[in-house]
Amino acid sequence: MALFRRTPIAPLEYSRTLWMRLWVGAVMLFLYAPLIVLMIFSFNDSKRNVVWRGFTMKYYDKALNNDALIEALVNSLTIAALATIFSLILGAIAAVLLWRFRFPFKAAVDGTISLPIIVPEICMGVAFLMFFAKGLNWPTDLIWPLNLGAITIAHITFCFPFVTMVVRSRLASFNREQEEAAKDLGAGEWQMFRDVLIPHMKPALVAGALLSFTLSLDDFVITYFTSGPDTITFPVKVYSMLRFSVTPEVNAASTILIILTIALTAIALKLQGVKTIAETH
Amino acid sequence: MTEPAQPIIQIQNVSKRFGKVTAVDNVSLDILAGEFFVLLGPSGCGKTTLLRMIAGFELPSEGRVLIDGQDMAGIPPNKRPVNMVFQSYAVFPHMSVADNVAYGLKIAGVKGGEARDRVAEALDLVKLGGFESRMPDQMSGGQRQRVALARSLVMRPKVLLLDEPLSALDAKLRAQMQFELSELQEKVGITFVTVTHDQDEALSMACRIAVINKGDVSQLAAPSDLYEYPANRFVADFVGSVNIFEGKLTLDEPDKAAVDCPGLGKVYLNHGVTGPHGADVWVALRPEKIYLHVPGEGKAVKAAAQDAPDGYNFARGKIKGMSYLGDITLFEIELETGARIRVSRPNLSRHDQEDFTWDDKVSMHWRADSPVVLLG
Repeated sequence: MALFRRTPIAPLEYSRTLWMRLWVGAVMLFLYAPLIVLMIFSFNDSKRNVVWRGFTMKYYDKALNNDALIEALVNSLTIAALATIFSLILGAIAAVLLWRFRFPFKAAVDGTISLPIIVPEICMGVAFLMFFAKGLNWPTDLIWPLNLGAITIAHITFCFPFVTMVVRSRLASFNREQEEAAKDLGAGEWQMFRDVLIPHMKPALVAGALLSFTLSLDDFVITYFTSGPDTITFPVKVYSMLRFSVTPEVNAASTILIILTIALTAIALKLQGVKTIAETH
Repeated sequence: MTEPAQPIIQIQNVSKRFGKVTAVDNVSLDILAGEFFVLLGPSGCGKTTLLRMIAGFELPSEGRVLIDGQDMAGIPPNKRPVNMVFQSYAVFPHMSVADNVAYGLKIAGVKGGEARDRVAEALDLVKLGGFESRMPDQMSGGQRQRVALARSLVMRPKVLLLDEPLSALDAKLRAQMQFELSELQEKVGITFVTVTHDQDEALSMACRIAVINKGDVSQLAAPSDLYEYPANRFVADFVGSVNIFEGKLTLDEPDKAAVDCPGLGKVYLNHGVTGPHGADVWVALRPEKIYLHVPGEGKAVKAAAQDAPDGYNFARGKIKGMSYLGDITLFEIELETGARIRVSRPNLSRHDQEDFTWDDKVSMHWRADSPVVLLG
């Protein structure tokens, strides 16, 4: 019965072995099952949200009409966008400087630049609280979007080291002969930078932007310490809603955020072409 | 060529030191307009540093580099009238072939129809017409090199610099590109300066070759002069394959000379060498200049040579090694003195390799104008 004969599993064909399939299945289950449950229960026609009581869209309606929630979402997206732009500029410049030049205290700068990644978020949060409230006497009654300044600055601080890291590792694979070729063909320092180095860094810039955006969007701890009464972000708002009850409205809001993030990531990857992100040289 | 060729590049007493290491040591040489010049040497000899100093990527520690009579001191690479083809080709991976070739023109402000015409012309020169919209990652190494060539040629430089242009290609393609590069150089009439460690490449393409050793020019000569009249042991050994024997100069007259070599016996030459009598010298003898006698042939050759007793040199030995290479067979022969000598023999007929086998006793001869006496 040739039809049912299976080719034997080759030594390196791990994806066809039973234990590997079980393992992958378990990983998928623990990673995605909570998210899927969250999404399903956003359609649950029940206030308590523990037992399924039928399909409804009314909590989406409710979430979208919840002005405080929408305001928090707009705040979050604004902060994330600003933090991404500034992190990208700062992070890329830092990476190029550290890669290209020798300057006094380079080792010290190199060492401390990734400190915001290492320091526990709770410490950063407390530090920012002290810094803005006591140290700078940062005004809290500014108009939108200036009132988001403190949070945005805090977010830039922990986002840009990630950009620096990604861009630096990309720069390590840069063929210096390309720089020389550009100059040999008449390009000055800036033309070379624009025409050769930035295109080489582009996949890392896209990856860094995605990292910054998502890190900023879902940051809770640091934001919690730096936000004021008028500058609630989405994660902080969701947390405060949870303190009263877990309603499907929270699920609906979260689902919207998940879909938004996935869509943005997909657009960014599409713009860049996934292939160039995967390639290493 | 009616008028005498003018030097397009003058390297005057140039030295380059990296910390304590001297990469280039007081080199002076002129490269003539329109020639195919090759800098040949082992890796780390300073040939690439020399090339990079012409391009402007390294600055001389001492001395001057002149291009077309103009001192290049203080002139950055992007302002020099030379272009370079890099060892890695350095084709811009995010640009199409046409954009790569047009890049220099874009920077120079050449636009529209003229730019398009020049790009098309350059691509035709390197036989890449029709590849305009290809991306570099869709091309082979050989094609990428052609893109790099076109990208430089489109700038119409006074000098084209090539850094190890063929080292990344496979043997067949390399042989073909050697030919094409020479042809291209003749067609465009631009001075080519190539760096290589491959002697075949240098011999086949160059008008003149400068052999570089330890940062210094060992010899500057045309390919055949370099091969047939090496100036010293380094050149004799680096260019081609050679047997070198130490000896003493015992006879040195205008029309003949003799060297007593402990390893090879007395070697006769039919020309003077103008060295001090009794000096320590070296005799260099190329394997293909030695004629191996098939059994019985030795006596006849000797008889024929009776008329010119100093015209031929003879030796005897035993075959200790053979390697059949198809077109030739290489023999390693132990001489009666115990020294070993390498002899190559063309396989003129299909059965030539059957003439000899291991441990055969053989005799051989070479003409009196074959050995080269080296003083250093």
